[in-house]
Formats: sequence, C-alpha cells, structure tokens
Amino acid sequence: MSALADAFTVVAIALGVVFFLAGSVGLLRFPDALTRLHALTKADNLGLGLVVLGLAAQAGSVLGALKLLAVWVLVLVAGATVARLIARAAHEPERGA
Amino acid sequence: MAFAFDLALVLLTVAVAAWTIALRDGFAAVVAFVVYGALLALAWVRLGAIDVALTEAAIGAGLTGALLIGAAAAVRRATRTALPEQRPDLGTRTLAAVLCAAVAGSIAAGVLLLPEPAPSLAADAARHLDATGLGNPVTAVLIAYRATDTLLEKVVLVLAIAGVWSFAPDGVWGGRPGPAPAASQPGALLLLARVLPPVGVVVGAYVLWAGADHPGGAFQGGTILAAMVLLVVMAGLADVPRIGSRALRAMVLAGPMVFLAVGFAGVVIADAFLAYPVPYAKPIILAIEIVLTLSIAATLALLLAGPPERDAAPARPGQ
Repeated sequence: MSALADAFTVVAIALGVVFFLAGSVGLLRFPDALTRLHALTKADNLGLGLVVLGLAAQAGSVLGALKLLAVWVLVLVAGATVARLIARAAHEPERGA
Repeated sequence: MAFAFDLALVLLTVAVAAWTIALRDGFAAVVAFVVYGALLALAWVRLGAIDVALTEAAIGAGLTGALLIGAAAAVRRATRTALPEQRPDLGTRTLAAVLCAAVAGSIAAGVLLLPEPAPSLAADAARHLDATGLGNPVTAVLIAYRATDTLLEKVVLVLAIAGVWSFAPDGVWGGRPGPAPAASQPGALLLLARVLPPVGVVVGAYVLWAGADHPGGAFQGGTILAAMVLLVVMAGLADVPRIGSRALRAMVLAGPMVFLAVGFAGVVIADAFLAYPVPYAKPIILAIEIVLTLSIAATLALLLAGPPERDAAPARPGQ
C-alpha cells in the first residue's frame, strides 16, 4: 500500500514538474504578455494541482490532505485573478494611469 | 539530497539579492525583493524557524513589497512631472556602498564569531513555559519573557502611522487616504474581493489562535486581516474610513493601550511591570493578543493606504 502511494506520488509530482517546466519555457519563449500569461497559468493550475495530488498521498491524514487541497484552491483563485488583472493592464496600456 | 537543496537555495537567495541591488528600474527591483523575501522564508523553514518564516513571508515579502510598490509608483509619478532622474554622484554612491558593506560585514562577523556552542536561553525558555500556559516558546518570548520589546514594537507602529499621516496636506487633514475609488467593475477582482475575505478572516483568526501552541501569532494573523481589508478597498466594495474617525483611531490605539494597562496592572497585582499573575497568564495573554491583532490589522492597512488625500470634513448636519 505504502509502495503504491509512493509510486503515485513520484508519478504525480514528476508530471507536475513537467507542467512547471513547460510553463517556464513558455514564459521565456512566447512573444507577448498574453501568451506568456497563458503559459504561466497552465503551470500554476495543473502543475501545482499535480504536485498537491502527489503530496496528498503522503499527508497521512484526511485533514492534512484537505489543507493541501485548500492551498491549491487558494492559489487557483488568486492566480486567476492576478492573471486577469495583468492581462487587462497589458492589453490597455496607460489606461487612466 | 537535502544538502543539494540547501546549497541551491543559498545560491539562489544570494543571486536574487544581488539582482535586486543591480536592477535600475524601481518596479523590477521590488519584484526581485519580493522573490528574495519568499526564498528567505523558505530558508527559515529549512532552519526549523517556522514562526520567523511566517513573519518573513507576511511582512518581509508581502507587506514590505506592497509598500515598496507604492513608493516606486510615487517615484515614477514624481520623476515624470518633475526634473529628469538624477543619478547621485560618485561620492554619494561610494559612501552608500561603504555604509551598506559595513552593516552587512558587522552582521556577518557577529554570526561567524559566535562561540561554539552559541550562547542560548532555549533551555530556560522551555523550562518556564508552563507558567505562561503557552505551548509555543516563540510566542512565550514575544508576549511574556520579552513583552517589553513587543510593547515597544506596537508603539513604533503607532508612530509609523502618525508619520505617514503627517504627510497630509493641510486642506485634507482628517480625510480619506488614497485616490477616490473607481466604481467597481464586474470581474475577477470583484469576485475575489467577495469570495476571499470570509476565508481570509478565518485563516487570520486561526493563525492568531494557533500561535499559542504552534507557529503563528498576532502579527501574522493581523497581516492576513489587513490584506483582506485592502482587497475589499481595491475592488471598490468599500472606502477607507476617514483618519479623523474616532472609532478608527481607537482601533489603532487599542492594542498598545491594553498592553500598557496590563503592564501597569502587573506592577500592582504581580510584582513587576508587564508581569502576569501566573494562574491567569493564559487568558491575559490571549486577551492582549486578540486586541493586538485587530490593532495591527488596522495599522498595517492604514500604512498601505497612505496619507489622506481627499474628503476632509464630514458633512455637517443640515447641509
């Protein structure tokens, strides 16, 4: 059982790291602010989600796993909002500022 | 494995610190500073100092970052309208570099020259923990053993807010900080400002409550509450109160005043200033912490809101 959980953790976190890597490559390679944001938010949403999923298998208690899940949900909500604000600022430069 | 992680963390922290200094653009430097604060918080976690890590993340990276962003924006506005940016001359820059290097060098020397084993009061702090009714020795140091330091820290916060308010032009004294809020637009920020505060208030209260036995405490909890207040203000859901408001001033002062009152009561009831009678230590400490958290939240939010800029006198009755 424990070996199964360990294998699950390794696979999930490895997949998550792939998303973070792809997001970082996209941030460096994409041509403009909107596409770069697109790349970054994928890394945050899916990458962190997979890392949290992998860690939840090691949490040892349901409460611990739920706390990890709460971290993911909070990052999702904050990330989506900030991405939208940055996108609007990049899309309408000098608007009122 | 752990060593490789620590080494990478140290190298990254030093590199980001150098980057923060080398950047010429104010906004970019602030972003680098926030990243530096996040890395530093991670370093404190690796050293097992979770309380310090929480404070570093909340105050060092979060609050200071937000204050510096405001400062960078003010500098940018000022240089756009006034004289072109002037670089300080070589003498000034050399003097600044020498002073900074001297401070950093003294701290480094202080750490490196510590005797082995380093002097420690950790055993004493742990031995007398029972008398405070607390489980977290860091909280015991902050609120019981060295309560004077914490009291003075809170007084400094009040002085800081007085300093910020003293920048108010005469005409708007007592008015509201910051520019008038734009009408709130439907969108992600508005949604976040409606959804997040209930969660944030619970987390802030939890961090305060957990501080008795686990990492956490008044300052970290207060910072989270202040962030929720600012989120609501930024989204345009509420306006900042007038700084002339008595309720607001009472909230800022309540923490230090209650702390001082308990301190003087200690002279009479217990045997010294800020001494707590042992059977009631825990409830007294809790009461101080709860009031302090509210005062810290109000003060930090007002520090970020800045000096009053508009809306000076409340409308007189009959007008």
